[in-house]
Amino acid sequence: MLQPYASPLERAWHYGLRGLVGIVLVFLILPILVIVPLSFNADTFLMYPMAGFSMRWYEEIFTSGQWQLAMMNSLIVSPLSTLLAMVLGTLAAIGLVRTDFPGKALLTAVLISPMVVPVVIVGVAVYIFFAPLGLTGSYTGLVIAHAVLGVPFVVTTVTATLQGFDFNLVRAASSLGANPVVAFFKVTLPLVAPGIISGGLFAFATSFDEVVVTLFLASPEQTTLPRQMFSGIRENISPAIAAVATILILLSTLMLVTLEGLRRRNERIRGKRA
Amino acid sequence: MTAASNTADALAPPAASVPSLKKRLRRAEMRKKLLYGALILPLAVFLLVAFVWPIASLLTRSIDNPEVHDNLPHTLRELKAWDGEGMPPAAVFTAFAAELESAKGSPAIAEIAKRLNREETGYRSLIMKTARKLPLPADTDVPSALTEIDARWGEAETWRAIRRSGGATTPFYLLAAIDRSIDTHGNIVTAPPEEAVYVNVLMRTFWMSLIVTGLCLVLGFPVAYLMAKLATKQSNMLMFFVLLPFWTSVLVRVAAWIILLQNEGLINKVLMAIGLTDGPLQLLFNRVGVYVAMVHILLPFMVLPLYSVMKGISPVYVRAAVSLGCPPFKSFWKVYFPQTLPGIGAGALLVFIMCMGYYITPALLGSPQEQMVSYFIAFYTNQTINWGMAAALSAVLLGATLVLYMVYARYLGPTRVKLVKPR
Repeated sequence: MLQPYASPLERAWHYGLRGLVGIVLVFLILPILVIVPLSFNADTFLMYPMAGFSMRWYEEIFTSGQWQLAMMNSLIVSPLSTLLAMVLGTLAAIGLVRTDFPGKALLTAVLISPMVVPVVIVGVAVYIFFAPLGLTGSYTGLVIAHAVLGVPFVVTTVTATLQGFDFNLVRAASSLGANPVVAFFKVTLPLVAPGIISGGLFAFATSFDEVVVTLFLASPEQTTLPRQMFSGIRENISPAIAAVATILILLSTLMLVTLEGLRRRNERIRGKRA
Repeated sequence: MTAASNTADALAPPAASVPSLKKRLRRAEMRKKLLYGALILPLAVFLLVAFVWPIASLLTRSIDNPEVHDNLPHTLRELKAWDGEGMPPAAVFTAFAAELESAKGSPAIAEIAKRLNREETGYRSLIMKTARKLPLPADTDVPSALTEIDARWGEAETWRAIRRSGGATTPFYLLAAIDRSIDTHGNIVTAPPEEAVYVNVLMRTFWMSLIVTGLCLVLGFPVAYLMAKLATKQSNMLMFFVLLPFWTSVLVRVAAWIILLQNEGLINKVLMAIGLTDGPLQLLFNRVGVYVAMVHILLPFMVLPLYSVMKGISPVYVRAAVSLGCPPFKSFWKVYFPQTLPGIGAGALLVFIMCMGYYITPALLGSPQEQMVSYFIAFYTNQTINWGMAAALSAVLLGATLVLYMVYARYLGPTRVKLVKPR
C-alpha cells in the first residue's frame, strides 16, 4: 500500500491511521478476551492475576439449580420465539415483495418498527396489556413478546434476499405442474433459505440476549439466562458470570461464522447467476 | 389490411369473449395479488395485537383520568348544576356521601384519595377520614354532617377541586413529563425546582446520546475508512473484530467492562504502573463507565453503515483531485469526506436513536446521575405503579424516537434499516 517514494507526511498518515485503528480494535476486542480466562479462576475474585486454574465455576453453573433453570428457560423461549418470527416474517416478506398497494411503505415501516421503538416502552406496554390476560409470568407471553422483537430482522433479511430472487423460477415450476405449495417448498424456500436462516439467527440472538422485556414479563420460574446474568451482575458478580459469558462468547462466534458462511454462499450463488 | 392484423383477427376469439379474456386475466392478477397480500396478514395481525395495540393503550394512559370520573359519577353530575360560587346544593353532598360509602373498603377509595391529593395536598387524609366516618346515621342533614367531619367540606374550593379532577382525560401527566402543571386558575405553570426533574432527565438523555454518538463517529470513522481501503482479505479480518463484539451478548460486555474498570481492574493497574495516577481512579458507577460501555456496544452500528457507504466511493475522484494539484489532506476533506456524509448521517442517527432508549447499561454501570428516561419509565411501572407517569414519559421518548426514525427512513429507506441488534 505504502509507496517507497511516499513523503514523510504520507508515512505519518499511513502509520497513524493504522495505529489509531489498532487502538480502536483493541478497545473492541479486549473486554471479550479479558473475561474468558477469568472463568477458569480458582479464586472467587474477578481480577488479575489469577489464583490458579480450575473448572469449579463451570461445575457450579452446570449444577446450580438457578443457572440450570435459566439455561433451560432460554432454550425453551428463544427457539420458539425464533420459529414464530421466522414463519410470520418470511410469509410477510414474500407478500411485501410480490404485491404493491397504496400504503405499502407505511405498512413496511410498521412491521419493522419493533426494531426502533425503545425496548423499555415495549416492555411496559406489553406488561400492562398482558397482565389482565394472564400472560405475564407465562412462557406464552414471553415467547410472543420475544417474537415481536425478533420479527423485523427476519422481514428485513428475507426481503433483501428476495430482491435478488428470480420469480420466473416459480412460474417455471408452475408451468411444469407444481402447485403453489410445492413450488414454494421445492423452489422458493431452498433459494431464499440463507436469508431466512440469517434473519432467524438475528431473531435468536435478540431473544437470547433480551433482558428488559423479560424483566417486566417473567416470573422467577421463567428467568432466562440474560435475566439471571443481570441479577448476577447487580448482586454479586462472581466468576460464574465469566463462565456463562465464555459460553455465550463461544455461541456468538459460532453464529458469526455461520452467518459469514451464509453470506459467502449467497454471494457465490449470485455471482454464478450474474 | 396487413398480414399482421389479419393474423390477429384470425387468432382473436369471437367478439363477445374478448372482454372476458381481459377480465379473466385481470381477475387472475387480482387473485395473485390478494394471495400474496394475504401472506402479510398473519404478521400484521400478530403485531397489531401484540405490539401496536399495547403501545397505543399505554399511550392513552398518559391522558387517562379515571379515578374521580369513574368512581364519583353522580357527584360530578350534581356538581355540573353548581355555579362554583358559594356552597354547592345539598344533592351534591348526598350523592358524594353515598358514592364515597360504596367506594369504602375497595381500591377505588385509595384511587380517589390519591387523585384528589394531587389537586391539593392533604385531600388524601380528608377522603380517608371522611370515608371512615361513613355511613352517616339515617335522616341527618348530609351537608352539615360532612362539614362537621371536616370543615373543608364547607369550602367551595374543595368541591371545585373535585369538579376539576373529574374529567375523563387530563393533560396532567404529559405536562408533568416536561415539568409543567396547571394551577387552580387553569394556567400552565412551571413546576417548583424541587419537583422539576424530568426536563433534566430528558436533557441528560439527549446529551449522553449526543456524546456517545460523537465518540462512536470519531472512533468508527477511521476503522471504516481503513476497512474500505484495504484488500478484501485484510478488511475481512478487521470486520471480524467489529462483528464479534456486535454478536456478543450485551450483558457479557457489561460484565467485562465491570471487570476492566473496577478499582483493582486492568485499566487502573496499567494506569498506576505507568505512573499516570497514584491511586485507582473511580471509573465505575459514574459517567465514564457508562460512556465506555455504551460506545463499545454501539460502535459497530456506526462502523457498518459507514463502511458500506465508503465501499461504494470510487477512488478516482480523490486521485483526480490530487493529480490536479490538490494536497492530499485537502482532497480528502474536500472530495472524499463529503461523499461519506450519507454514511455518517445514517450511522449517527442509528446510534443516537438506540442510545436514547438505553436502560440496561446505565442501570448496571451508572449511578442515579446517569439514569436516562427509560429508567424512569421502568421505575414508575414497577416501583411506584404510577402508570400515567410511565405512559407520559413513554410518549415523550417514543415521539422523539419516531421523529428521528422518520429522518433515518428518508435517508436509507425503511427496508434497509438492518444490522440492528438488541440493546
